[in-house]
Amino acid sequence: MSILSDVFKSTKAVILGMKRTLSEIPREKWTVQYPDVPVTVQPRYRGQHLLHVDENGKEKCVACYLCAAACPSECIYIEAQDDPRPYEERVGRDERYAKVYNIDYGRCIFCGFCVEACPKDAITHGYNFEISVYNRADLLKTKDDLLITKQKQSKNYRVALSTEDVDSEYKEVDSVGIKFRL
Amino acid sequence: MSVAVENLPKDVEVLDQPLESEMTLSMGPQHPSTHGVLRLDLRLDGELVVKAIPDIGYLHTGMEKLFEYKKYQQGIVITDRMDYLNPLGNNLVYVMAAEKLLQLEIPERAQTVRVLMCELQRIASHMVWLGTHCLDIGAMSVFFFCFREREKILNMIESASGGRMTPSYFRIGGLMMDLPAGFESRCKQFLDGFLDAMNTFETLVTGNTIWQSRTQGIGIISSEEAIDWGLTGPCLRGSGVDLDLRRDNPYSGYETYDFEIPVENDGDVWARFKVRMRECYESYKIVKQALERLKPGPIKADAPKVVLPDRDDMRKHMDSLIHHFLIVAEGFNVPEGEVYHAIEASKGELGVYMKSNGGPKPERVHFRGPSFVNLQALPVMSEGEMVADVVAIIGSLDIVLGEIDR
Ligand code: SF4
Ligand code: SF4
Repeated sequence: MSILSDVFKSTKAVILGMKRTLSEIPREKWTVQYPDVPVTVQPRYRGQHLLHVDENGKEKCVACYLCAAACPSECIYIEAQDDPRPYEERVGRDERYAKVYNIDYGRCIFCGFCVEACPKDAITHGYNFEISVYNRADLLKTKDDLLITKQKQSKNYRVALSTEDVDSEYKEVDSVGIKFRL
Repeated sequence: MSVAVENLPKDVEVLDQPLESEMTLSMGPQHPSTHGVLRLDLRLDGELVVKAIPDIGYLHTGMEKLFEYKKYQQGIVITDRMDYLNPLGNNLVYVMAAEKLLQLEIPERAQTVRVLMCELQRIASHMVWLGTHCLDIGAMSVFFFCFREREKILNMIESASGGRMTPSYFRIGGLMMDLPAGFESRCKQFLDGFLDAMNTFETLVTGNTIWQSRTQGIGIISSEEAIDWGLTGPCLRGSGVDLDLRRDNPYSGYETYDFEIPVENDGDVWARFKVRMRECYESYKIVKQALERLKPGPIKADAPKVVLPDRDDMRKHMDSLIHHFLIVAEGFNVPEGEVYHAIEASKGELGVYMKSNGGPKPERVHFRGPSFVNLQALPVMSEGEMVADVVAIIGSLDIVLGEIDR
């Protein structure tokens, strides 16, 4: 008898489980078809850094070394340069700027401490996350890669609005109803 | 067999029987059900386990030494990488130990947010445990449902801190930033769907006879043995010992929340499973209460020499700017002394011992990782069980190798 009841109970368990699993089929899909569909990142997401410029295109960084001091993995390398020329001819907004500004992405752990440390809002995290390269030396990014005027932004992300649902990435609700992703 | 024996030279002796009945089997370190890079030295007698010796150290990173070379606030990022399924709990224990040394008062809102985030993280951690535990035993679809729930929590953590697996959200003296706009409604939305998801798990797993017979009566550890081996967390409570630091040694205002400590008496895989499942409901209750009492207020302690000033303040006021420079460039001095602080992380008692020599860097930081201690009881639990059950027992211990090897 116990074998029979075992068989009966296990079959019931399988049927109940399959019912639950099969009921998922018509629901909205949760898998993001990256890279065909951009992934959603939150506004505070910490991606590749951006070095900012002011409204006239002058670099905001004053080479104060605070970001390098805050960095737990010691991956920021800066060389400072004085620039006594008038504002119109200068590279930076102030009379001192970073001649060299390198971030070694082989070491960076995207902790955000450099952004927190910068007193001039010169460095922030962007949203680029596809920074894998074929050659380890290419992980060293210089000012040419980091400046906001020069860094190419990937098309594969979308920044979420703060009012969006927690699972908005997976629901594309249009006027007809929920649109399925294949 | 006999064909091969005939062709052998005469002076070679052929044994029909194996020399001894015990066989040594190396399980791992690349075996997917060992949850990381754990190697088990299994001594087998047929299908039965005579002895199972865990061999750890494949993921050793030297983190504890690294703390000695980092300023106090820089150490937070290292803790993220210990138990990578419960990073906010690791952040919390580290910052609380430093706060104990500094004797800082943490404002109400920061405390509430800490509890809220830690409980969300506990749910996320239990979701990974449930998913992988089921996957090990052979239930595939539960894994996807679990990770879907976890994804919602990770999205919330990402929206608050910017990192998914490595949030570093807590700072010594408060939080990194306040919660973003819309966080509360997102959290409510998650909670609305969570009970439904738990229902799914109850149908798929708890009520499943196959699951029950795979877990009941397996990997038994009695309450005396559990205490002797130093088990903590759900593994201990599954053996009938009612101990939870959130209630017995409250921190961050846990004493003001209304929740229960689930305890099961059987001490087997099934009991530990039930404790964790019930814990998810309790965490759900705590998150709900924390959301209700979330009032606007300061999120950083009033300690200008330790806590980074407000960014607006820093831009306008010279003294704030100077403090900002000093804290970032030189760190802050922590009074001489040593502390031990422990919290109830998702896997058990997570403790940190911190020694300060009065400078901006700690002299010694040591962690008591719950996974490390819980894993040591594996030989006791798996003795006399089948090989297939060892997988179930490892799953029920809920270990994370990042924390074991450190
Ligand atoms: S994100 Fe962290 S590791 Fe990376 S450069 Fe900034 S401070 Fe350094
Ligand atoms: S990025 Fe900011 S912190 Fe770093 S050197 Fe420039 S101004 Fe200073």
